[in-house]
Order: sequence, then structure tokens, then C-alpha cells
Amino acid sequence: MNDMTPEREDRVANLKGMGCARKRVEDARFTQGKGNYIDDLKLPGMLHGDFVRSPYAHARVLSIDTEAALALPGVIAVLTAKDLEPLNLHWMPTLAGDKQMVLADGKVLFQGQEVAFVVATDRYVAADAVELVEVEYEDLPVIVDPFESLKSDIVLREDLAGQTSGAHGPRKHHNHIFTWEVGDKDTTEAVIDDAEVVAEESMYYHRTHPCPLEPCGAVASMDKVNGKLTIHGTFQAPHVVRTVASLLSGIEEHNIRVISPDIGGGFGNKVGVYPGYVCSIVASIVTGKPVKWIEDRMENLMSTAFARDYWMKGRISATKDGKITGLHCHVTADHGAFDACADPTKFPAGFMNICTGSYDIPTAYLAVDGVYTNKAPGGVSYRCSFRVTEAVYFIERMIEVLAIELNMDAAELRRINFIRKDQFPYQSALGWEYDSGDYHTAWDKALKAVDYEGLRREQADRVAAFRRGETRTLMGIGLSFFTEIVGAGPVKNCDILGMGMFDSCEVRIHPTGSAIARLGTISQGQGHATTFAQILATEIGIPADSITIEEGDTDTAPYGLGTYGSRSTPVAGAATAMAGRKIRAKAQMIAAYLLEVHDDDVEFDVDRFVVKGAPERFKTMADIAYAAYNQAIPGVEPGLEAVSYYDPPNMTYPFGAYVCIMDIDVDTGVTDIRRFYALDDCGTRINPMVIEGQIHGGLTEALAVVLGQEIAYDDMGNVKTGTLMDFFLPTAWEVPTYETDHTVTPSPHHPIGAKGVGESPHVGGVPCFSNAVHDAFRPFGLRHSNMPHDHWRIWKTANGLGLHG
Amino acid sequence: MGKQIVKLTVNGEEHELLAEPRELLIHVLREKLNITGPHVGCETSHCGACTVDMNGRSVKSCTVFAAQADGAEITTVEGLGTPDNLHVLQEMFKEHHGLQCGFCTPGMITRAHRLLQENPNPTEEEVRFGMAGNICRCTGYQNIVKSILAAAAELNAAREAAQ
Ligand code: FES
Ligand code: FES
Repeated sequence: MNDMTPEREDRVANLKGMGCARKRVEDARFTQGKGNYIDDLKLPGMLHGDFVRSPYAHARVLSIDTEAALALPGVIAVLTAKDLEPLNLHWMPTLAGDKQMVLADGKVLFQGQEVAFVVATDRYVAADAVELVEVEYEDLPVIVDPFESLKSDIVLREDLAGQTSGAHGPRKHHNHIFTWEVGDKDTTEAVIDDAEVVAEESMYYHRTHPCPLEPCGAVASMDKVNGKLTIHGTFQAPHVVRTVASLLSGIEEHNIRVISPDIGGGFGNKVGVYPGYVCSIVASIVTGKPVKWIEDRMENLMSTAFARDYWMKGRISATKDGKITGLHCHVTADHGAFDACADPTKFPAGFMNICTGSYDIPTAYLAVDGVYTNKAPGGVSYRCSFRVTEAVYFIERMIEVLAIELNMDAAELRRINFIRKDQFPYQSALGWEYDSGDYHTAWDKALKAVDYEGLRREQADRVAAFRRGETRTLMGIGLSFFTEIVGAGPVKNCDILGMGMFDSCEVRIHPTGSAIARLGTISQGQGHATTFAQILATEIGIPADSITIEEGDTDTAPYGLGTYGSRSTPVAGAATAMAGRKIRAKAQMIAAYLLEVHDDDVEFDVDRFVVKGAPERFKTMADIAYAAYNQAIPGVEPGLEAVSYYDPPNMTYPFGAYVCIMDIDVDTGVTDIRRFYALDDCGTRINPMVIEGQIHGGLTEALAVVLGQEIAYDDMGNVKTGTLMDFFLPTAWEVPTYETDHTVTPSPHHPIGAKGVGESPHVGGVPCFSNAVHDAFRPFGLRHSNMPHDHWRIWKTANGLGLHG
Repeated sequence: MGKQIVKLTVNGEEHELLAEPRELLIHVLREKLNITGPHVGCETSHCGACTVDMNGRSVKSCTVFAAQADGAEITTVEGLGTPDNLHVLQEMFKEHHGLQCGFCTPGMITRAHRLLQENPNPTEEEVRFGMAGNICRCTGYQNIVKSILAAAAELNAAREAAQ
């Protein structure tokens, strides 16, 4: 049946199904300026909200005087914690089992914290009124260093005073949040203590921010006549927002409708629930009018969703010939003022325990201590699955340090420690079951593509020339091999606020043979409307161009946990395939009836069911769809619809091999990326064009983080990088042209074998760029230097190594 | 604050409206004229999401007062093509996957449109430099650059054919 006659090939091509570089259906509206983003929404009578924010990182709020603000024409209300308290909304639960102030309740704990919410008829008036709210503060000592915090007598969270245990177990100190341990501590320590070779390193993965081009925002609208609350907003997880809104407000869930319109990038920033959302809801309930809240860029960088801020200390042991025997990792995690990390409930440090990486490490131990400081809350996964960037950066730096210790080539060290193809499914020492992989093949392909040996020779020549004084430019060869863990996740161990992390798809075939599918996820630029239609096209034989994909409206879409952590393809993509298969099963019965044969005597072929052995006897999916609505078929319900809720049996583990070639001017610290090669294996490839786009974007965000992007604080807790003047977002000028490549190792447990890709390039890119910087200085004795590697810090590194004469 | 009369020609259509002296052009376009193609990504002239064409130059409309634009001729992405007859740049951005979330796209296309008039035959370097005032967080620019170069080639071919 699988002969590829030209006629059959045409039918396959006509579907634009999986594997084809289908052009995106979203682009028509976006290229014509007809996107529908949150700030584009205008409702009749809509008011505008804006925040009074704390200039202090730690202070007592003595009084708030709203009189002058309220006197300003156009100001409708000014909300403070006192107004929210009767509704029990002055605090809200966080995703991490902590609670967070919606508006300052007695004190403020970070600069930029929300103190009061002004509601006015126009955004200019609201901004004026913010200036008129008089807040009297008494400043308190500020702690911005987590190590100091754990020693300090100052109690940051007075509301938790006396609580010796939190959502994740015992608290060791009043500024301590949790300790999370995985692995076998004693054995690991014994192995490392007795090892032939041990490398140790401490590294700081600095605080940064996802900074999507569109900031966060919401429009809440309480219809008092019908008792319905509608919330439009930048939500990466609209269904969860509805549940949370219902639990917090007491409004029954069926009376709340949450809509995520087009979203201008998320990268983790739009997973959390922010005070702006809560305040616009309350303001709408109070005023009976729609209330819009849109944060500006400074508010975005200062108050919503930082990422990283991990102080990591590692020990790795090996035999003399380089076989790794053990890994020990301790993290001091700066969570800021409230623990609002967006992780599955049972994983307070996300999937940091993927830190054994792509290597067969028999023994390992990880401990993470979460700590409060006077910094903004957040801790989101910025373009990665939960804390996976931190984990992969850690192991890929440890490998490099071990290579130095062993005086070995880092590519070779990786090769001899990779998990072998025949070891999959592989049980890692820290508790994961890697589904599939072929690391050696990917690595060899990557090294060959860049002529690794040749590069090393060139580098040696360059070092010699540098020593002779003939050049001032060094060359770094950055390597990284990463394994991601995405697609959270099996409901048995992954939930958010108790909601199991399944996802869903509902498919409805129309009588004339076109279809609509609705999903529990939400695109923020990933192109779901394009790619999910491709999955379905292949599964049900209806052209992708005849399938509408809808997401983001909780009144119409089935419940799902949303889009982040590269989970859409692994989870909702699987639900889509499964729903498609249910459609196909029913279609088979209808086809058999129409063809007057037994169900088992027909088989699916691209876009039709054919009678086995008689391909000239067939019914197309369009025929079948029509029949489903216009014929009374004995034993078969009318209509052709299906829904699938997919609970994945396991995560998926995409992987890849990256090489970066970088030139560094020793005298200025300026870096130039000469070449970047990225090989990704994301299993079955649904749309190569979209995959490549995701890789370019993820690599660029990695470049940003490595070369300069940082949320920095001074000792007073002032944010030093609160505008795009100081917060580095690369432009076209700073970004290289990337070479992309791939291997395909399907996931064995996923219905279509796809693993997800959006975040791999960020996860693999960060260590790759960073290793390139380190590699350039390795011949001169550099072991480790902390990111971001901006020009100034690289200059300091060179200077510290005595390279400036 | 006293309002003043501002006259604007936007995408060929004349408008006369009242604006406060401090009112930004981007807000007048978006809120008063319902032209929501240009977006706000920073309000500090860094991101370029608000880029429009004003009297033949690319400007960031978040840092221009509406009053400063009095009498100006303004083109936004909405004025470049029609649904049935897209501008070549719009076509090429679709063709070469020059966008993902689409938030930067109106600004990008509007800027590229001006760039190709300043320099009808740019090299890749010149495109990268000429677009450096517009930030994209999604695409890594590779396909944006590709789209613009492809559009330049198409426009040049069309020009040659017309000669
Ligand atoms: S909004 Fe105008 S440049 Fe960013
Ligand atoms: S496409 Fe999202 S910012 Fe450019």
C-alpha cells in the first residue's frame, strides 16, 4: 500500500502534513499589522490601571495618602492592601507553595514592588496620579546576597516568623526557603574522596530576564449584569489562570472566561500570576468597568519573572583515563523576596537534577538551598524547561574543568563518557529515565562538520603567533553537548497548583471535510496554528490548509496546562495525534459501511480509506465526513468529533551538539563569533522551517545571556539594569549567521516520536558560547570566569592572566 | 493641559485631531486612530517596535510628540500593502519565516521598507547595520535578514523589468 506512485505523492503533498516546511498561517495578519495583542484590545468604558511602586528594596510602609491622587480629575480609584484585605486578596499564593503580596502589606521587600494601584480614565491620567500618591517609608537594611542572607539576623519575611518548615520541608534559618536533595550523598562523597582525579569549581549563573518584546498585561472585565468575569491577558497558561482566579475570587469557574490573545513572545515571562492581573480584576469588580493594565519595560524588568540566579558549586571525579565516576552539586538559589518560581509542585528547583547531562555518571548527588533576599520574585524558566539551562551550564562547565584537570581534549572527554545508544532507556543517577538518544553519532557528525581537528591546529598556530607577538586576537572553540528534559509531564509526578500536567486537543470535522481543532496550549510565536494542523493532517488525511487551530479561550478550548518548558509538542502534540486517531477509528467504520465491507477490510491511505487489495475502491475523508452527518449509519453516532487528554508516560529528551568559533581581541575584550554550528535532535521533525527558526531564536537568546544580559543590583537593592539601555538585547548587528543541522532519534513513547525543540538552542547555546570564551584563554591558565562575558569582564580576565604585558 | 489641533496624513488618509502637548505619536496612532500595527516595546527608543515612516524617514513613534508630527506624512505597516496585494516585504517575511510572535514585525517591515529606499541593493552587512534599531526577541534575525535581501532582489528585478 505504500507505493509512491506520482498520484499518491501528490495526495501526500496536498496534505502539507508532518515533515513539510509549511508556511505559517499566522503570518498574514502579523505582516499586515493586524495581530491582536493585549494592548490592542479596547472595550467600551475601559479604564486604565497603573502601579505606585516602591523605590526601596526593603522598607516599612508607614502610610499611604491617596487623597491628592483621588482629587485628580479622571481618577476613579486607588487600591491599597487595605482595600484588598477584606477580599483576602492582599496576598496571593505563588506557584511554588509560598505566598506573595499583591500590594505592599506593611512593608516592601524589593525595589519596584507594587504598593498601590491607581485606576483612571486614561493612561496619562493614571501616570499622573501615581506621582500624587504619597507613601511614607522607613528604610530597612537591605540584603542582596543569599549567603549573607543565611547568616543575617534581619528577618525578611516577617509573615513567616516562627515557621520552621515550608512547602518543601524544613527551613534552616528565617531567610531560608527549602533544601531539595536528590541522589546518594554518602556514596557520592565516598566515590569522589577516593577518586584518582577530582575537579572542583564554583560558578555563578547570574540573574537575567526573559524580556519578551511585548510586556505583560491584562484587561479584566466584570459584567455585573450576567455575573461573568472575562480576563484577557498575556497568559502562557490560560486555563490555570482561570482556576486560580476562581479560587482566589470565589467566582465560580464557569463564570470566568480567560482569553490569551496573540502573545508577543513569552519565554517564561508569562507563566506566572502577577499583581497586575489581580489588581485589574479587583478594580473591574469594584468599578464595574473593564480595566486594562499594561506594564512598561522598566516594570517588566524590575518586577515580573527574573530567571536563573544560581550559585553552583561542583565536584566531579574521574579515573586517570577520563571515565567519570561521580558528580556532586550544591546550589544556593536566590529566589528573591517571595518564592514564586514557576516549577511543577514537587520540583522546587525544577529539573536541576538533569545535571548529570549526557554522560553515564554512576553516582551523583544534588542539593539546592532556596534563599530569600531583597530582590524581585520570579525564577521562571527563561526559554528552557524548568532550571534545565542551569543544569546543562553546570555540567558542561564541569566537563571543561575536568578536561583541564586531566589535561585532555574536552571533545574526547565527552565522547568517552556519553551514554551509549544501547543504554537507552537510560536510568540516570538522579532519577530520570532518558527515553532515547544517539549521542556518539551526533557528536561525530558535528565535529566532522566543523573540521574539529583542523580548528585545533589553527588555534595552536594562533596561540603560538600570539606568544610571538604577531597577533592580539585569540581563538576559542566552544563545545557543548546537551540533553534537555521537556514535555512535563506525567501527571503522577508533575502538577502545577495541583493540576496534573496533561494537555488536550479536541477535533471537530465539518460536514464538507474541513476541521477545527482546539488545544489547551497557547502559542507565543511558536506557530501552533501551523504545526498542529500538520500533525492532524497526517493523522486524519485532511489538508492542513483546511484545518483551523484555536487556542487560548477557556470557554471553548479543552483544559490544558499551557505552553512553556517546550511542552506543547510533546504533550499537546501527542494529544492532537491521539484525537486524530480517534477520528480515524470512527472514520474507518463509516468507510467500511459506505463500501459495504467489514471494518477490518479497509485501511487508511493518506487521505482516504481503501478496500484492502482493491485500491480503486475507496472513500476519501471528505466523503466520510459528509456521510457522518447525512447518513444514518447503524451502530454509529452521527457527527465526527474527538477529544483527547494526553498524560505522557515520560518526559522527552531532545539533545544536540553545538560548536562555536569565537575570536577575542585581548586588548578590548571584544568578541566576534566567526562560526556557529548547531546540530539538534528533536526526534520526529514536524516543520523544519519552524524548527530552524526556533533554533536561531534560542541561540540568540543564549548569546545575549552569555555576552551581557543581566539583572544586576547594587548593595542598596537598586536595579542597575532596568531599561534596554543597560539590559542587553542583541540586535541584528551583533548576531552571527547560524548553521543548523540535525539527526533524528524519535521518542519511543510519543505517538509521533516528536520531542520538542523551542528551548534546546538556549539550553545548549549558553554553555557553548561561554565555553568558547573559556577555551580561548585555556592555554593561558583560565579555568573558570563567571558570565556575563561582556567586553569589560573579558578584558579583566585577560588582564588578570597577565596578557596585557 | 490645553489640547492642540494636530493634522496628520496617515497611510494616505488625512486626520485632524486634538492632542495634549505631551501626547506621544504612538499613542495617537494606536488609541485615537486605531492603527495598532506599530507596537510599544520599550517607550525609550531602543526596540523599534513602534517604528513608522514620517516624512520619508524612519522614526520611533514612542519618542515623537504628536504635536511634533503636525502636518507630517506618516506611513505605518498598514499602509504598505493590501490583503490582496501585499508589499514584497510582507510577502518575503512570510516566505522566509521572518517572524515568529509578530510583535516586532510591523516595525521591522516599516524600517526595512525605508532601508530599501535608502539603499536599494544592500549587502547582508548593510541590512544588519541598517536594521540595528529594531529588536526581535524571537527570530535571531537570520530569517529577517534573508527576507529583506530577498525583497531587495525582487524589487530590483521588477525595476529592471520595468526599464
Ligand atoms: S517602543 Fe519605541 S522604540 Fe521601543
Ligand atoms: S517575532 Fe517576536 S519579537 Fe520579532
